[in-house]
Amino acid sequence: MARSASVKKTFAFLTIALALTLTFSSSLYAQDSTVSMLDLVKDSAQTDYITNAFKSTRVINGQSIEMLGAGSLDFRILHRFGPVNSGAGQFFGLDQSTVRLSFDYAPYNDLLVGFGRSTVKKELDGFAKYRLLHQSRGDRDMPVSVILVAGVTCWTGPYADPTIANYFSSRLAFYQQVLVGSKISDEFTLQISPTLIHQNLTLFKSDPHDIYALGVGGRIKITNRISFTFDWYHPFNLIRSQVINGSTVLKFDPIAVGFDIETGGHVFQVHLSNSIGMNERAFITETYYNWANGGIQLGFNISRIFQL
Amino acid sequence: MMKRINKIRLAVFSLILFCAFGQTVSAQSKYFTKSGSITFDASGLTEDIKAENKKATFVLDAKTGALELAVLLKAFEFERALMQEHFNENYVESDKYPKSTYKGKIADFDNVNLSKDGSYPIKITGNLTIHGETKEVPARGILVVKDGKVSGTASFKILLSDFDIDIPGVVKDKISKTVNINVAVWLDPLP
Repeated sequence: MARSASVKKTFAFLTIALALTLTFSSSLYAQDSTVSMLDLVKDSAQTDYITNAFKSTRVINGQSIEMLGAGSLDFRILHRFGPVNSGAGQFFGLDQSTVRLSFDYAPYNDLLVGFGRSTVKKELDGFAKYRLLHQSRGDRDMPVSVILVAGVTCWTGPYADPTIANYFSSRLAFYQQVLVGSKISDEFTLQISPTLIHQNLTLFKSDPHDIYALGVGGRIKITNRISFTFDWYHPFNLIRSQVINGSTVLKFDPIAVGFDIETGGHVFQVHLSNSIGMNERAFITETYYNWANGGIQLGFNISRIFQL
Repeated sequence: MMKRINKIRLAVFSLILFCAFGQTVSAQSKYFTKSGSITFDASGLTEDIKAENKKATFVLDAKTGALELAVLLKAFEFERALMQEHFNENYVESDKYPKSTYKGKIADFDNVNLSKDGSYPIKITGNLTIHGETKEVPARGILVVKDGKVSGTASFKILLSDFDIDIPGVVKDKISKTVNINVAVWLDPLP
């Protein structure tokens, strides 16, 4: 009798324990419907690399911190009309034009090599651009992208004085840049680019062979496909005013503002700038027009990217 | 006195049993993967647009048939780098909406027996979130149990306009308005 009572009690206890377990487990499942089950699977820390800091690999004239995806070939057509202040007779500059055609190719995500030819001085240029640091968030936090650029230019026109001994090396100039930039927000990107340009032969004897410059460039995104860009270089030791054959040659900082319009396969950059040169040597050391008196020209860059 | 000790012993034993039982149930109650594959095809008339994401996270509740799927949109890989860039920048805006999720359940889960080898056709109902927009999207799939391993595939079709993804006029021949999405997962029991 006493024994059966004890068995009963044990059963009662078991029942309660079972009920408790079931309640507990069902409350566990009840939680599942409100909390995401995915929380049970922990995400391993990931690094999110920042992309699309600029629409294009150039801000306007100068290189941007943007690279191309591996295997991309970028055919670029750069075009500058003449200065607006050349007057109605020149249709405010639209009668004149200078062009640079180029191919850039990215063998890797972090490397870009390019080759181009400009009508100004019939100059060839080639460069390599390497991404040392890539801005990222997450597991690896990196606030900036750092990119190294090295290039060489070679003008191919006739020598100014063929009667003297001319050397091929006179045609060459070199430039090195460090681009440091950050996509600060989805809408705003800013970069600075300390630059060194070395010219084997300068226009004037008094011109320094090495020019030190600092560039500032940025973009403000207006819509997903349109952004506003600005690109300014300041050469520190450029001789700004020189007299040759009785006329004064003035040089200015190249300053450009424009819009990037992306249409799918193309990026169309339309802008106003005071420089005609379209490689680093040309636009940093040979900008003869002045924004202040209307020495600006309409220009555009067309970038068409192919996947090889 | 002896009886009481016996009772306590029994209680402790039964508690241990229940705990062990409870744990085994929970060990087999969920299946998951972190390397699910999601492919989509948005090819238009003039361009092939396909991408694959091999880093989808997926959890299946084997008790209720509830399931959840999440992907980082930046992890979609395209054949062409530029396409991938445009996908992230212009269409799904992955900086603003980094994740896409599907939360739903297998409607006819009663027909599925995960402890028995077989191939079970399933109907899935649930909500898909892309680009910050959520919409009910049904899917059809197959759950396969083989040697105790669970895997599954499912496919569904969506309209880009349902998710506020704009296709500009200049590329309207290149991108299809409807996108086919395929999911494939190989699951492990959730520890």
